[in-house]
Amino acid sequence: MKRQQTQKIATAVITTISIIVILPIIYVIGFLFYNGIGAISWEFISQPPRNGMTEGGLLPAILGTLFLTLGTAVAAIPLGIGAAIYLAEYAGDNRLTRLIRLAIVNLAGIPSIVYGLFGLGAFVLFLNFGTSILAGSLTLGLMTLPVLISTAEEAIRSVPSEFRTVSLSLGATRWQTIRHQVLPHALPGIITGIILGLSRAAGETAPILFTVAAFYLPELPNSIFDQTMALPYHLFVISTQVPGMPLQIQYGTALVLLLIVLSLTLVATVFRTIMRRRREW
Amino acid sequence: MTAKLSIQNLSFTYPDGAQALKDIELNIQPRELFVLMGPSRSGKTTLLRLMNRLSDLVEGHKREGTILIDGQDIFAPEVDVFALRRRVSMVFALPTPLPGSIYDNLTYGLKMAGMRTPSLLDERVERSLRQAALWNEVKDRLGDSAFALSGGQKQRLCLARSLALEPEVILLDNPTSGLDPISTSLVEESLFELKQQYTVVMVPHSVQQAARVADRIAFMLDGNVIEVGDESQIFVYPNDKRTEDYVTGRFG
Repeated sequence: MKRQQTQKIATAVITTISIIVILPIIYVIGFLFYNGIGAISWEFISQPPRNGMTEGGLLPAILGTLFLTLGTAVAAIPLGIGAAIYLAEYAGDNRLTRLIRLAIVNLAGIPSIVYGLFGLGAFVLFLNFGTSILAGSLTLGLMTLPVLISTAEEAIRSVPSEFRTVSLSLGATRWQTIRHQVLPHALPGIITGIILGLSRAAGETAPILFTVAAFYLPELPNSIFDQTMALPYHLFVISTQVPGMPLQIQYGTALVLLLIVLSLTLVATVFRTIMRRRREW
Repeated sequence: MTAKLSIQNLSFTYPDGAQALKDIELNIQPRELFVLMGPSRSGKTTLLRLMNRLSDLVEGHKREGTILIDGQDIFAPEVDVFALRRRVSMVFALPTPLPGSIYDNLTYGLKMAGMRTPSLLDERVERSLRQAALWNEVKDRLGDSAFALSGGQKQRLCLARSLALEPEVILLDNPTSGLDPISTSLVEESLFELKQQYTVVMVPHSVQQAARVADRIAFMLDGNVIEVGDESQIFVYPNDKRTEDYVTGRFG
């Protein structure tokens, strides 16, 4: 009897804690919807801002964020997966690999403003890319790498070793084994890492502050060497730098940013689920 | 007669210092069914995995001595280990289909070796499935997932997958460990067919299985080969007391 009571109490406590964790998230999303939904209209997402950004829409900022996310993906995914394959499949456990792992863990803990300053020094000034989509993407990509590498490495390591052994025993080379057995199996996990990394990159302000983001630039960028507006920075600007900004536009902008990040996550999650289903065994 | 596999002064030590094989000498003849028998941890699987160099995967091992196949040293630097593993093919203790269809499983090794011609692949698939006594059960569903098969079918699929490579030597590491008696007898029956064509080295599931299938038996204990002989020598007139104790069930 006593054990069953303990069981009930434990379940109740754990349920309560879960609800407490979820509540703020629901509150934030609900609050943004309630206050921002009035600002959303076709014009809001298809027009550039007008009249000191107090009217019009968000088009350049939305597209800028999409370009930056795409650029981040191009910069970070090949490098991240490559590094993860090396660490999980090729590198042994020695002083060098321990140093690499330590570096990756530490990179994940660096504040994003430091990435921003590094991007300014390395990409904007030293490599002379200027304040551009290229410099911003590389900075965001760099920031995304640690998350991507650690999740991808974990996913690769969790592939059952018998698939490797069987593949090798049938005369496959090490790379063929990775290519045909390990990677397909690890892909859902790797995609999780990509989702986590990219959705963080899409919402960051500090790394793009000095490397790409424009205060007000209604024209769309023509090349990767152009500046662009971006949603997180735009939100920062209209909430702190523009006097007399209608509150509804601020909430509306935040809502659009949130929806973009959420739909990115959603698309990737659906994709991952489909891949898992197709890989039945 | 020259031996198909000649194991010469072979020792193997795992990275933790455990010596699994101690100066092994064995000759395995072409087209015989050779059984490595002994209690667990006697070095049977280690020896088997050396024969196709899956032992290469053990980082930090120590090996002395060598194995010759048709007189050629398999550990020589110029040997293509991937080609070796197609010549010396292995079936594992538990059925290990790869994710994908039955057809994918059977053609995996061939495709990795660069064989792409569909008619050749189809031919190999049918022949190897017939040899493993599985063709009639799966011929209409080669595109189905290999994981949909029963345990016994999976193991015969793994056997067929090895045969599809047209190997010269087949290594069977306790291939009936997870199987019911009917599947076991199906696998054992196909062994008699196989040894007409291939050299088979097998770790048996039990002493009884060794007696049923073996042409010759090596009794192993603690990384040593205690005694080699045919069924009547090992089971009826063993030279060594330890062999007698093992086959009569006094230990093991």
